[in-house]
Amino acid sequence: MNTKKIEEKIFKGLMIGSSVLIFGVLLYILYIIIKKGLPSLSWEMISQIPSGGFYLGKEGGILNAIMGSLYLIFFSVVISLMVSVPVVMYLNFTLRKKSRFSAFARLTFDVLFGIPSIVYGAFGFTVMIFFGLQASLLGGIIAVSLLIIPVMIRSIDEVAILIPVELIEATKSLGATNYETIKVILRQLLPGISTAVLLSVGRGIGDGATVLFTAGYTDSIPTSLAQPTATLPLAIFFQLSSPIEEVQNRAYSAALILTVIILLLSFSARYFSRRFSKNKI
Amino acid sequence: MLKSRLLKDRIARHYMLTATVVAIFFLFLIGVGLFVNSLPIMQEKGLWTLLTTSNWRPFKGEFGFASYILSTLYVTGIAIVIALPLSLLTSIYIIEYASPKILRAFSSVVDLLAGIPPVIYGVWGTLTIVPFISESLAPHFVEFSTGYSVLAAGVVLAIMIIPLIISILMEVFLAVPKEMREASMSLGATKWQTVKKVVIRKSIPGIVAATVLAISRAFGETLAVLMVCGNFTDLPKSIFDACYPLPALIANNYGEMMSVPQYESALMFAAFLLFFIIVLFNVISRVVLIQIDKRYQL
Repeated sequence: MNTKKIEEKIFKGLMIGSSVLIFGVLLYILYIIIKKGLPSLSWEMISQIPSGGFYLGKEGGILNAIMGSLYLIFFSVVISLMVSVPVVMYLNFTLRKKSRFSAFARLTFDVLFGIPSIVYGAFGFTVMIFFGLQASLLGGIIAVSLLIIPVMIRSIDEVAILIPVELIEATKSLGATNYETIKVILRQLLPGISTAVLLSVGRGIGDGATVLFTAGYTDSIPTSLAQPTATLPLAIFFQLSSPIEEVQNRAYSAALILTVIILLLSFSARYFSRRFSKNKI
Repeated sequence: MLKSRLLKDRIARHYMLTATVVAIFFLFLIGVGLFVNSLPIMQEKGLWTLLTTSNWRPFKGEFGFASYILSTLYVTGIAIVIALPLSLLTSIYIIEYASPKILRAFSSVVDLLAGIPPVIYGVWGTLTIVPFISESLAPHFVEFSTGYSVLAAGVVLAIMIIPLIISILMEVFLAVPKEMREASMSLGATKWQTVKKVVIRKSIPGIVAATVLAISRAFGETLAVLMVCGNFTDLPKSIFDACYPLPALIANNYGEMMSVPQYESALMFAAFLLFFIIVLFNVISRVVLIQIDKRYQL
């Protein structure tokens, strides 16, 4: 009788311990990033491009990386939306509920979701060579779009599944075509799509391995799709290895900025999905 | 009026179908693309030689992947050994014991950990784990370690795959019907006995699937590992030695060595190898997870 209780106590202790440990690690990561990044964060840092080279120049900031990442993620999200929204609509509202094709499609997207970003980067690079493209904003956009399309599809699909059949039937019984029905459903799905966009922005903006070969790196802000562009993750990665302290500080403040962006995205995604679950029919 | 509506419907339908087929096709396109590009080196050296020899001298035409493959396996092994028990204990706690409030709070923690980009984990690893290993831990075991090591990469990877494992395990445990727990408790079993003998036993396929998925995630992780693993091409003799996993090899060399065609093909082979293993593992574990979902859905 007693050993039963003792065993339970030991394991419960271990469980609480490991939960606290995982929570602690999260706090520790945030603490280290803030502690290292905050002292070197200044207006100059976020409003200027590096001068004298990103690896050696002591002056300037990381505006090139901030703008580069924003350009990159904006175009990638637009492209991904144009692919993922129709895919989810097709799987959920055009095909029958239990079609084999949609099961196969979902499995494929799950697998695509699991493919590491370095493989997307390497594949994107071969495609670029095939078309004779240099490392450029365009190349980066292609690779990042490939990376976030599965993220977006899975995330929108999760909420699309929850749309009640009655809503579809009500629309169709009024004589609406499939396309018109989808327009009605899309309005219902907007919060879900916003969550999906926020999630994919987070995934795309933070990933360095995809853009390593495809977008390249530069000190200036790109003015056309054909120019290479800096990105926040690579700004951290490259500048961290520099022997010069000022350059390393740029990496730390880039890390802080990226972390803040991710935190904001994560919190607003939660906000949207909570709002959605309140309005659920 | 009617016609234009039907026309719109038809166009929309075709567009949706095309988008779906194209998106699915990407998986095959990536596979075929990588395979075709790695074909030259496979034909020249033979698959077996590539996988089992460890001489890596690209300019002499020697490409042996053994040490990179072993590095990947070591690092992944350490990550799983650390991450799996922690994730199991934590997810059992939040599903079976914790209040709804803690459950909600902890899913935010898991989401945040999952959302932090690899490069941030890398920065954190170089600032904390690496110096800790080289200054405090390694001196007890070996003469010298820079800290950039198998162990550092394993620890960082473990933290990165914990949220993945926890989020899958939570779903797996939730899928076990409440009635089963109640049946066990009504026979006089304690909470822990119920967890141990009913919930965990029923969830074994799900736990295996989560682990396999985590392994495949760990295989492909690039930047974070690259920043703490030391990037040294030699077989690591202890966990305090530097290592050089496959993704790091691709990341460090790709795009620069295009002048040697064999080299490019060899790196594509590395990418194909990752792709192949990861797709295989993903398909297996996803199919298992789908089965679990189906079984309890009635």
